[in-house]
Amino acid sequence: MTTVDPDFAESQAKEARKARLFSRINRADAWFQVLGLSWITPVLKAAAGDNPRAQMQEIWRLLGVPVLAIIAFLFAWGTLAPTVQTSLGAIPGPAQVWEQVEVLHADHLRERDKAEAFYERQEVRNAKLVADGKEDRVKWRTYTGKPTYYDQIWTSIQTVFFGFLIATAVAVPMGIAAGLSQTANAALNPLIQIFKPVSPLAWLPIVTMVVSAVYTTNDGWFTKSFLTSAITVTLCSLWPTLINTALGVSSIDKDLVNVSKVLKMSTWTKITKLVLPSALPLIFTGLRLSLGVGWMVLIAAEMLAQNPGLGKFVWDEFQNGSSSSLAKIMVAVFTIGIIGFLLDRMMYAIQSLFTFTNNR
Amino acid sequence: MKRALFAILASTALTAPAFAEMLDVEKDELTFGFIKLTDMAPLAIAYENGYFEDEGLFVTLEPQANWKVLLDRVIDGQLDGAHMLAGQPLAATIGYGTEAHIVTPFSMDLNGNGITVSNEIWEQMRPNIPSMDDGRPQHPISASALKPVVEAYADEGKPFNMGMVFPVSTHNYEIRYWLAAGGIEPGYYSPENVSGQIAADVLLSVTPPPQMPATMEAGTIYGYAVGEPWNQQAVFKGIGVPVITDYQMWKNNPEKVFGLTKEFTEENPQTTLALTKALIRAAIWLDENDNANRPEAVEILSRSEYVGADYDVIANSMTGFFEFEKGDKREIPDFNVFFRYNATYPFYSDAVWYLTQMRRWGQISEAKPDSWYDEVAKSVYKPEIYLEAARMLVDEGLADEADFPWDSDGYKAATPAEDIIDGIPYDGRQPNAYLESLPIGLKGDQRVVGNEVQG
Repeated sequence: MTTVDPDFAESQAKEARKARLFSRINRADAWFQVLGLSWITPVLKAAAGDNPRAQMQEIWRLLGVPVLAIIAFLFAWGTLAPTVQTSLGAIPGPAQVWEQVEVLHADHLRERDKAEAFYERQEVRNAKLVADGKEDRVKWRTYTGKPTYYDQIWTSIQTVFFGFLIATAVAVPMGIAAGLSQTANAALNPLIQIFKPVSPLAWLPIVTMVVSAVYTTNDGWFTKSFLTSAITVTLCSLWPTLINTALGVSSIDKDLVNVSKVLKMSTWTKITKLVLPSALPLIFTGLRLSLGVGWMVLIAAEMLAQNPGLGKFVWDEFQNGSSSSLAKIMVAVFTIGIIGFLLDRMMYAIQSLFTFTNNR
Repeated sequence: MKRALFAILASTALTAPAFAEMLDVEKDELTFGFIKLTDMAPLAIAYENGYFEDEGLFVTLEPQANWKVLLDRVIDGQLDGAHMLAGQPLAATIGYGTEAHIVTPFSMDLNGNGITVSNEIWEQMRPNIPSMDDGRPQHPISASALKPVVEAYADEGKPFNMGMVFPVSTHNYEIRYWLAAGGIEPGYYSPENVSGQIAADVLLSVTPPPQMPATMEAGTIYGYAVGEPWNQQAVFKGIGVPVITDYQMWKNNPEKVFGLTKEFTEENPQTTLALTKALIRAAIWLDENDNANRPEAVEILSRSEYVGADYDVIANSMTGFFEFEKGDKREIPDFNVFFRYNATYPFYSDAVWYLTQMRRWGQISEAKPDSWYDEVAKSVYKPEIYLEAARMLVDEGLADEADFPWDSDGYKAATPAEDIIDGIPYDGRQPNAYLESLPIGLKGDQRVVGNEVQG
């Protein structure tokens, strides 16, 4: 291969194209990492003709092993489950659990049909009232049926985010204060140490009582049960954010702090221009931990307080004690796990957006 | 799909009552609480069959964690009404436990409970129970068969624990009645000590109904008194044996009521009437044509949003059977009565019986005159609302005139001795005389002081 080679220009262009392609793949890889799809990279690379053997090894490590592990888990579960006899029958295997997924979906559809029938009846009734000249008695009401499984999931997600938002709104300012001032830190530290290990189940009765006493309207924006669950989530999930924010703020580069002094920045400017940008990665680490804790806590709170959501679904099924209850509870377990994983991934994605900027 | 629905609608529209008859309800969006028990059936049926909707009510039915939560939520207005233990409105009104004036225009059912013991206790009891020719135990089983077992536990210094669902529940009074009829002391309540275990041979404690089987399986309690399906559930799971049903203890005894706060009924009289109408229609449907609709009702109850237990478990008692030991299935056609025998009429005499039991075990610590029992019963039970609702249904052609006790003074004829396990007749007009006639329990001016009965 010399410059005399007639194909040189062409192969040069080819090489350049390939290099461009790979740099694109590498850029995309960062995103795949975030989305938990890192196995796509070696597949793309192999497709682009980059040392198939090494890539196959990567694919095996990133895709083959996890998939095999899941299959092995399902197999072990399927074989071991029937050997454990409970008073509700044997522990359900993967097949029975999948069956319940379908049952829950069918339930959801049935409930939707019932809702539709309700609205049709309402139309007929109201049309009749209008025809009889009784417009004043016409009423439009929403359907009052049981919440379906999807409704429960949606309720839980809404609750966890509401609680998480309150927690963030409380924890970030407090964390900044604790990070900036030794005094505030000394004041907050014992409280953090004492309240951090408290279980949601201990907060719940207190929160329930306080919410019932303070939030007396029965037709406000929120239902009492929603507030109770959300505030319990707040109380348990604000600590990781608080601690990490304080840590992030207190470990700002001293040079930057000196610059702020030289420029005689006001406190507000200092926080917005200096403190927050440099503390963001740690704050997001805190938020990610908080959301994880919040999700875990929420299920417990819903279970105990009988508030709508996945926790209540689990408790109701446990109380039902029917032959399909265990399988339904397992469906809920997987749902909770998968949603928890997705929430974590989402936070990780947001966090990595900020860390990229940080590393540039 | 839509067309099919319209076809169904058109066909039901013809049979539905004229909309013009609809009451002008003050509050049309209601939330009712219930506990996962077979006898919540009238609520589920009134909802599923559209009886609430026919009255212009949009009802949400919410299962509750336990009886205390349910009562508290009715009192603070989160629930507009609920499926309640008959003792709850009475106790709340006289201020035992949470104080609030709760009334009931509708009694939900008769019978429906049982007492179950664990397999281990059953084996120890069985030798003391006479057998029939086919080797099966002779019914009804008296608690005297359990007495030697309880004594053996006491000799070993082990407490004998049993569960019931709430301090003022029918089940508490039934298990106490049964134990006392067999010569076992179930314990007293006093103003200072509300455990109900003063001077007790058997220690009774509270467990929510759906958790009964699991708690017994865990060995925390050796038996329990509870409503269906949680006795049959123990048989299906193979963890216990029901020894007696309340039907065998006291034929057609009053069970649950539908409770509302007094404020609610005063502020929303039309709504109260409307919901009573819907519930009466549901009760009629549950019992009509000799229980023909029961299988359909069982299917509805077995859905996870209502009772959620398996169809077969609920079907047993609802279709007139009760399985004691595995395979020992006996016919008890009246195990669940929802409408026959004036089951839904709120009789004062039912209320008085509950009050006598509160007095008997010390929840009412002082002696009360007969007139007091009558007054309390009349402040809680509201047959006038019931009859008004029934009259409307009769006028609309949805109920039969002959099915209602129009002229009753609210007191049932005295229950004859042969209908009660220990042969002690009950006349609601003479509560104090009735208390005198019962074997164990407070009488006259007796009071519980410290750990003993005085007077």
